[in-house]
Amino acid sequence: MRTALLIAALLGGSSLAQAKMIHVGPGGNAQEKLQTALIEAQPGDTVHIAAGRYALADGLSLDVDGVTVKGDGPDKTILDFTAQKVAGEGLLITSDNVVVRDLGIENAAGNGVKSKGSDGIALVNLRVEWTGGPKSTNGAYGLYPVSSKNVLIDRSVVKGASDAGIYVGQSQNIIVRNSRAEMNVAGIEIENSYDADVVGNTATNNAGGILVFDLPDLPQQGGRNVKLVNNQVIDNNHVNFAAPGNIVAGVPSGTGIMVMANANVMVTGNHVMGNNGSAVMVVAYTQAFTDKAYNPLPRAVAIAGNHFMNNGKSPSFAGGKEIAAAVGGTLPPVMWDGVTRYNVPGGGEKSADGGIASDAPGITLNLGLQGTPAAQARPAPLAATRLTADRAAIVLPAALEARAK
Amino acid sequence: MRRIWAALLLLGAAPAPGVRSDLLMATDAPKLADYGLFDAAGRPAPGVQPYTLNTPLFSDHAEKFRFAWLPPGTRAEYRASGALAFPVGTVLVKRFAFPADLRQPTKNLRAIETRLLIHRPAGWVALSYVEQDGGAVLKRAGVKVPVQFINKAGRAQAIDYAVPNQNQCKTCHQDGEAITPIGPTAGNLNGGHGTNQLMTWAASGRLTGLPAAGWPRLAKWDDAAEPIDARARAYLAVNCGHCHSRGGFASNSGLYLVPEETMPAHLGVLKRPVAAGRGSGGHEFSILPGQPEKSILLHRMTASEPGIMMPQFGRALAHDEGVDLIRKWIAAMPGPAGAAPAAAAAP
Repeated sequence: MRTALLIAALLGGSSLAQAKMIHVGPGGNAQEKLQTALIEAQPGDTVHIAAGRYALADGLSLDVDGVTVKGDGPDKTILDFTAQKVAGEGLLITSDNVVVRDLGIENAAGNGVKSKGSDGIALVNLRVEWTGGPKSTNGAYGLYPVSSKNVLIDRSVVKGASDAGIYVGQSQNIIVRNSRAEMNVAGIEIENSYDADVVGNTATNNAGGILVFDLPDLPQQGGRNVKLVNNQVIDNNHVNFAAPGNIVAGVPSGTGIMVMANANVMVTGNHVMGNNGSAVMVVAYTQAFTDKAYNPLPRAVAIAGNHFMNNGKSPSFAGGKEIAAAVGGTLPPVMWDGVTRYNVPGGGEKSADGGIASDAPGITLNLGLQGTPAAQARPAPLAATRLTADRAAIVLPAALEARAK
Repeated sequence: MRRIWAALLLLGAAPAPGVRSDLLMATDAPKLADYGLFDAAGRPAPGVQPYTLNTPLFSDHAEKFRFAWLPPGTRAEYRASGALAFPVGTVLVKRFAFPADLRQPTKNLRAIETRLLIHRPAGWVALSYVEQDGGAVLKRAGVKVPVQFINKAGRAQAIDYAVPNQNQCKTCHQDGEAITPIGPTAGNLNGGHGTNQLMTWAASGRLTGLPAAGWPRLAKWDDAAEPIDARARAYLAVNCGHCHSRGGFASNSGLYLVPEETMPAHLGVLKRPVAAGRGSGGHEFSILPGQPEKSILLHRMTASEPGIMMPQFGRALAHDEGVDLIRKWIAAMPGPAGAAPAAAAAP
């Protein structure tokens, strides 16, 4: 597509002038009509899905670069996957420079919208919802870009995902903004990813609001450079309804923000309120692992200039109540597990480089070595540190931003 | 009228139309017949060579008939792993048919679809032609075909057989950005009825670069005389490894089931799920050695519900015999002391 745009520019835009609008309307044979349009679209085309409810028994997929898929609004054009029999997602994108916008996606059997390996993917003004409310039988992720780069999620809403509402995995150069995640296990999760801004979102009534994780044994790991800024992280006290075995099943209900095994994470300007457990929890990966390249420690995490209120009243994680009692009944806004060292599989010990800095009150559990059980916690106040360093905002390709307006 | 071509495969070559390589290279023909790969009775045209695989993909018990056509004077190059390197112009053909009774798989076959992988100068293209009155027609967007048969237990069974859409073809056949054949690897062709296929292909000039010895061999998944480990790895390679590889659609899972994989964690042993969601079935590991019923891999093979089942498409039914093989394989796996590593209980 980049080449196509370049050629278009050289020709004064003549090839883009041939871009066409493919209209699809409701009525019988929705599956074949939509899938055919998505296959026959050419780079630069827009597939317009008119208002209406489209009952789909199979997933839809797009593998053409430079296509925009557009509905008439997230409550008007509804892709209804209630009767889905096949495929792991509602809509799958495997091409570059794609914009999907103004659509509702309901009751996908697996994930709502997934992009795999896309360079340039914008998911804008979408609603992904499991309409029966939060259930462990709902699909895992609502919006799910993975192994992608130049990722934008904007003005979207996800409700009821049994894993994370908005999940960006193994990707880089990412903006998640002005979106809303509620009644999911995790609201927003950035996992094994580089260079992400999570800006101006609302995460409420999830089990955990916003997670920044890194996991072992994956092609892209070493999650880093993630900034959470100006988000509303409110009342994330929903029961955790994830299927056991998944990493989010271990996220304690009542968690506002959780940072695990990432480097250079900045948490700033957020309103974190009414979360019964930790407002901000910073931890190492807790499980045993065999991946020699994996670093399980959080490094250089800065928490500065946030507004904390009414958090930490009744932590649900093991030992949480005892820890809260020991510090006066309520957890302070920031809790760090205090894990600073780990054993490299096959031999050797490594330490964290870059500490945990917070200008808000916090405690450390002083667990020391990765894998130490929480029962051995030695809680102590975390020295408050004011941080001034910041970094520039993530910038996405201008052409993608323009199409996402 | 739907032709019963499968039973005719072994008949001698009657006058047959020539293969239209010009059309194959240039256009996605609306009808399969346009390409001249088969005559009106379903017999392959001269040069359209049948072949078999040691371990095929499970496709809801469909009988599958495979053919390769290489332009005259061209040959495939031997590769020790991955598909052979077929020249531009090659067409790989797979025809799907259901017997009326699975207990008599060669009788009363109903033709369903014919899939083509065509090697054009710009890369491989996947097309599927679905049988209709008047012959097989191109279907890009996929279609469901109601199919009934008597199953191996002697009971009537009805399924909605799913012809894949063009994107789904690519999902399985992708290697990085490109489309690639899956089945005809040296290891999976290393066998066949009678003379070894690799030798036959080399002798007939269709294959070049075949070393004198040391060919890889994929086991026959259903041959009880072969070691269970080889059978299970062959089964997983063919049924899962096309996506679960470093260049495949499931590369992000970290679960790699290709024949060459040696790392236990990437093979699923004590590997925790990443994006399985409810597909985990509440289990902690892809494979928990010795405990198939606590292994996500087996859970997802057994399921037939979207969002849980694996593969994600290509089957509506669980493959009981395949599941049984993998169950035995996991059950026989020696576990580490205490089976699972102790999970620390930090918050």
